[in-house]
Amino acid sequence: MNWSAVLTIYRAEMLRFFRTFVQSFISPVISTSLYFVVFGAAIGSRIQQVEGVSYAAFIVPGLIMLSVMTQSISNASFGIYFPKFTGTIYELLSAPVNFLEIVLGYVGAAATKALFIGLVILATASFFIELQIAHPMAMLAFLLLTCLSFALFGFIIGIWAGNFEQLQLIPLLVLTPLIFLGGAFYSITMLPAVWQTVSLFNPVVYLISGFRWSFYGAADVPIGVSLLAIAGFTGACLLIIGWIFKSGYRLKP
Amino acid sequence: MAIVEIDDLQKTYDGGFQALKGVSLEIGEGEILALLGPNGAGKTTLISVLCGLVSPTAGQARIGGHDSVTDYRKARRLVGLVPQEIALDPFTKVLDAVRFSRGLFGLKRDDAKIEGILKQLSLWDKRDNRTMQLSGGMKRRVLIAKALAHEPRVLFLDEPTAGVDVELRRDMWEIVAKLKADGVTIILTTHYIEEAEAIADRIGVINKGALLLVEDKTALMERMGRKELRISLRAPVTTLPDMLAGYGLVLADEGATLVYSYDTKGEATGITALLADLARAGLKLADLKTTQSSLEDIFVGLTREPPKEDAA
Repeated sequence: MNWSAVLTIYRAEMLRFFRTFVQSFISPVISTSLYFVVFGAAIGSRIQQVEGVSYAAFIVPGLIMLSVMTQSISNASFGIYFPKFTGTIYELLSAPVNFLEIVLGYVGAAATKALFIGLVILATASFFIELQIAHPMAMLAFLLLTCLSFALFGFIIGIWAGNFEQLQLIPLLVLTPLIFLGGAFYSITMLPAVWQTVSLFNPVVYLISGFRWSFYGAADVPIGVSLLAIAGFTGACLLIIGWIFKSGYRLKP
Repeated sequence: MAIVEIDDLQKTYDGGFQALKGVSLEIGEGEILALLGPNGAGKTTLISVLCGLVSPTAGQARIGGHDSVTDYRKARRLVGLVPQEIALDPFTKVLDAVRFSRGLFGLKRDDAKIEGILKQLSLWDKRDNRTMQLSGGMKRRVLIAKALAHEPRVLFLDEPTAGVDVELRRDMWEIVAKLKADGVTIILTTHYIEEAEAIADRIGVINKGALLLVEDKTALMERMGRKELRISLRAPVTTLPDMLAGYGLVLADEGATLVYSYDTKGEATGITALLADLARAGLKLADLKTTQSSLEDIFVGLTREPPKEDAA
C-alpha cells in the first residue's frame, strides 16, 4: 500500500474543504434551523406525535440523512470529476498508486466532510429540541456507513459524468426524490398500504429507518434488514469501482 | 544499459484508429532522446502508454526492467511526466501542488528538495500564488516542478516548449542539461527541430504510428545532411552568366551571394567544377562559407507524403 499517496490525496481534498470552511459550516446550520422553524415549530405543532416522539424530534434523523447523503455524493463526485475536468487526472493515472488508494483518498475525504456536516446538524438540532439517542454507537456506525457508501456512489457518478450537468443529474433526478420519499419527514406506516409496498423498493427507506431506530428505538423496517441494505449498497459500489479501474472506464483509453 | 525497453508496442483506439503500429525502441540510461513527428504521429500516445495513461493493445514496455503494466508501481516510481496540455488545479497554491506530486509517488516530505526545485525553475517567489494567477509559461514551470518533485530517473517531456517564450525555452534546455548531468534519462517530443538539434543525443522520427528511424543525432545529420556553399561576390550581379545555369545556383543578398546546395554523400560534389566555371565567368570571390543543412530538412524529407499519382 502506498499510504503516502492516500494521505496526500486525503489532505489535498480536505484542504479544499477548509478553503470554504465557513460556507461548509454555516449553510447546514442555517438550513437545519429553517427546517426546524418550518416543520418543527410551524407545522409540527399541529401534528401529533409520530412513533412516540414529537414531530420536530422525529425529523432529526431524516434531516441528518438528507444532508449527509447529498453532501457525500456531491463532495465525492466533484472531488474526482474536477481532476478530470482540469486534466490533472493524468498525475493520478501515472502515479504508482492503485484504485484502492485513489478511492480511499477521495472517498475518505468526502465521507469525512459529510460526517462533519452530519454532526453539525445534530448539534444544531440539539438547540431546538431535547435529543434522545437510544443507541449512540449504532447511530455513529450508521452515520459513518452512510457517509462512506454514498461517497462511493458519488465517486462513481464523478467518474461517469462527462460534464457539470451530468454531475448534477443523478443527485437531482434520482436521489432527492428517493430521499424525500424515503421517509425523511414521515413514517412510511402513515402511507396507504400500496405506497408502503412501493416504498420498500426505495433503498433510502432502509437507511433512514435504521438511523431513526438508533435514535428512538422504533423503525419502519427491521434493523437487521437496514444493515443488510447498507452493506449491500456499499458492496455494489465497491464492485462497480473495481470494475471501473480494471477496465479503465472513462479514465483510460 | 537500456532503462526504457519498448517491444512491439501497439495501440488501437476504440474508434479503430491505430495510433501505434508496433514500435520497438531501447533508450539508454542518461540519454536524451527527441521524438520528432507531425501532429497525430503517435508521439503522445507512445508517451501515454509508457506512463500508464493509455493501455497498450499489444506489446510490452519495461522501465528500469519493470513491466509498465504488470509491475506498474515499480515502473512508474521511476517516471516523471510533463504533459503537453497545461493541467493544474486553479485554486491550489504552487507549493501545495508540488508537494502533492511528491506525496503521491510515496516519497517523504522534503522541504529543502522542493525549495531547490522551485528556485531552479524561478518559482520560489510564486510559491504561495494559486496556479490560476500564473502566466502560461509559469504554469508550465509548475508542471515541470511537479514532475521533478518525485525525483524521476526517466523524464518524459511532451512538447515542453510549445508556445513558451524564448527565455523559458533556454531555461528548459539548461534544466535538461543539468538533469542529464545527474544521470536522468529524458525523452522529449517536439515540433521544434531546433530543440532536438540543440539538446538531444539521439533522434527518433515517428509518423503514422511507426518509428521511421532512430539514430544518433550527429550521425543522422552526417548521413542525410545536405550542405550549402555560400559564395560572397566582390561585386553583386543581377543575372547569372549562362555557363553557370546547370548548377542550380540561387542568388541571395541582392545578388551579392550565390548559394550552391550539394549532397555530401554524392559521388561528386561539383564544387571543383563550379569554382572553375565561376573563374571562367569572370566573377571575383570575396568569401566562401559552407553550412550543414538542418534537421528540419531531414525531417521534412522523411515525413513528406509521396506525391499522389493521378488516377485519371
